[in-house]
Amino acid sequence: MALLTTIKEVGNYFREIYQGVASLVNGMKVTGKYFVKPSTIVTQKYPENRATLKMFDNFKGELILIHDENNHHRCNVCNTCARKCPNGSIEVIARKVVGPDGRTKKVLDKYIYHLDTCTFCGLCVPACDENALKFDNTFEHAVFDKTKLVKTLNHPGSSKIETPE
Amino acid sequence: MEETLMDLDLKEKEEYIINMGPQHPSTHGVLRFETCLQGEKVKWIRPHCGYIHRGIEKMSEALTYPQLVHLTDRMDYLSAHINNEAVALCVENAMGVEVSDRVKYIRTILAELTRLASHQLWWSAFGMDLGALTTFFYGLRDREKILDIFEESTGARLLQSFITPGGLMNDVHPNFQKRTKEFVKYFRKKLPEYDQLLTGNVIFQERTKGIGYMSLEDAISYGVTGPSGRGSGFHCDIRKIAPYSAYPLVKFNEITYTQGDTFHRYLVRMREMWESLDIIDQLVDNIPQGPTMLELKAVKPPKGEFYQRVETARGELGVYIVSDGGPTPARIRYRTPNFSNLFIINKIASGHKIADLVAISGSLDLVIPDIDR
Repeated sequence: MALLTTIKEVGNYFREIYQGVASLVNGMKVTGKYFVKPSTIVTQKYPENRATLKMFDNFKGELILIHDENNHHRCNVCNTCARKCPNGSIEVIARKVVGPDGRTKKVLDKYIYHLDTCTFCGLCVPACDENALKFDNTFEHAVFDKTKLVKTLNHPGSSKIETPE
Repeated sequence: MEETLMDLDLKEKEEYIINMGPQHPSTHGVLRFETCLQGEKVKWIRPHCGYIHRGIEKMSEALTYPQLVHLTDRMDYLSAHINNEAVALCVENAMGVEVSDRVKYIRTILAELTRLASHQLWWSAFGMDLGALTTFFYGLRDREKILDIFEESTGARLLQSFITPGGLMNDVHPNFQKRTKEFVKYFRKKLPEYDQLLTGNVIFQERTKGIGYMSLEDAISYGVTGPSGRGSGFHCDIRKIAPYSAYPLVKFNEITYTQGDTFHRYLVRMREMWESLDIIDQLVDNIPQGPTMLELKAVKPPKGEFYQRVETARGELGVYIVSDGGPTPARIRYRTPNFSNLFIINKIASGHKIADLVAISGSLDLVIPDIDR
C-alpha cells in the first residue's frame, strides 16, 4: 500500500515537471517567433530618429500665437483665453496706443504663456474667436532653468493684422 | 533603548511590522501597506493612503464645469476618457440636454479603447509583479497602437481632456475609423498570445489559483466593483445596470465568475478585452454624422443635486454634483472605484504569504491617484 502511494507521488512529481516544461515551451514559442523575425520590431531609436520623427497634426505640444510672414498676429486682446484657462497659464498684457485718427485703442503688448503650469487641456484654442492660437507639435520641453518655461508668444515687433473694416 | 509595550507584545507573539511602500514598485504609486507579519505569513494589513492627495474635489469648486473636466484625467489616469465622460454626462443630465448620436458613438468607442488600453497595461504590470518581464513588453506594444489613435484625434496620449460637457472638444480625425478597425483586427490576433504567454503558465497559475479569496458578501459589503467584484459573482457592470451613451444599442456579455480568487479576477479582465473588441466592432462601422458639440449658451446646471455613475476600467465611478445654479459647482464629489477596492485587501490577503500580497494587490488593479484624488 505504501509502495503504491510512493509510486503515485513519484508519478505526480514527474507529471508536474512535464506540465511545467510544456507550459514554458508554449510561452517560449511566442517569444521565439518574434526573436527570429526582426521585421516585427516596433521600438524606435529615439534621439537618432529626430529628423524623421513627426508628431500627429493634432498633437498638443506647446501653445503658439500664429504669425504670418509679415510678422502679423490676430490677437485683439479680448482676454477670453486667459479667462478660460483653468490654472492661469496665460497672461495677456495690453498697451494703449493713439491711432492716426486720434482715438486710443488697446493693442497687444505681451502674450505671456506659462508652460510650467499648463496642463494642455486645450480650452484656450477653441475659445479664441479670431483663431489666433494653436498648439505646436514640439515636444522636447525639458530645460535646466524654470524661468525658461515662461514664454512670450508674440514675436518682437509684431503687430495685429490689418483687417479691412 | 527602552522597549515599548507594543514591542514587547510583538516579541512575545513573534510578529513584526514592515511597511510595503510608499515607494514600492508593485504598488504602482505612493501607497503604503502597513503589514503585520508572523514569519512569512501576513496577519493583517493597514493601507495608508493620502500620499498623493491633491484636493481635486476642492479645487473643482473654483473652476467652471468645462474647466474641471481636465482634473478628472488626473484621478484615474488610465481611464481618462471615461472619467471625462462621467462629468460630462452628469452635467448634461442636470441641464436636460442630449448630445447627438455621433458624440454618443464616439464616446463609447473611446471608452472601450480606454478600457482595452487600461487592461493591457494592467496585464503587463501584473505579469511583471509576478516576475514575468516579457508581458510588460508585449502589453505595451499593443497599447501603443491605442495611444496613437488617441493622439491623432485628441492631441494627447494619456490625459486627453477630450470629452467635455456638451460633446467633444473637436471632431475626431478622419483616420479614426480606419485606425480603430485596423487595431481591432490586429488585436484579435494578438490577444491569444497573451493567454499563451501568461494564462497557461504553470508558475503563474500556482501563484494565483486559490489565492486571495473574496466572497460575494465581502465584495458587496466593501463595495468592490468592476472586474475585481465580478470575479466574485457580483453583477455590478454599470454598462448593463444603467446603460449610458451608446451602450443600450450594443450587445455584449457581463463577465462574471463565482470563484473569487486572484486567477478569476484575472480571467474577468482577459475576457472583458474580447467583449470590448466586440463592442467596438458593432459601433465603429456606423458612426452617424452630426454635430460634435451642442450650442450651449452657458454650462450652468440648475439648482439641485445630481448623480451619474459610469463603468471605468476599474469599477464604478460616481460623480455627485451639488449646484447652486452658478457656473461652478457648490460641491463636487467623486465616488472612485479604487478607494473601495483597496480596503478589502486586509480581508483577502490576511493569512497568505507576503509574496502573495503582491499578486493580490495586482489583481485588484489599483491606481493610486484615484484613491487619494
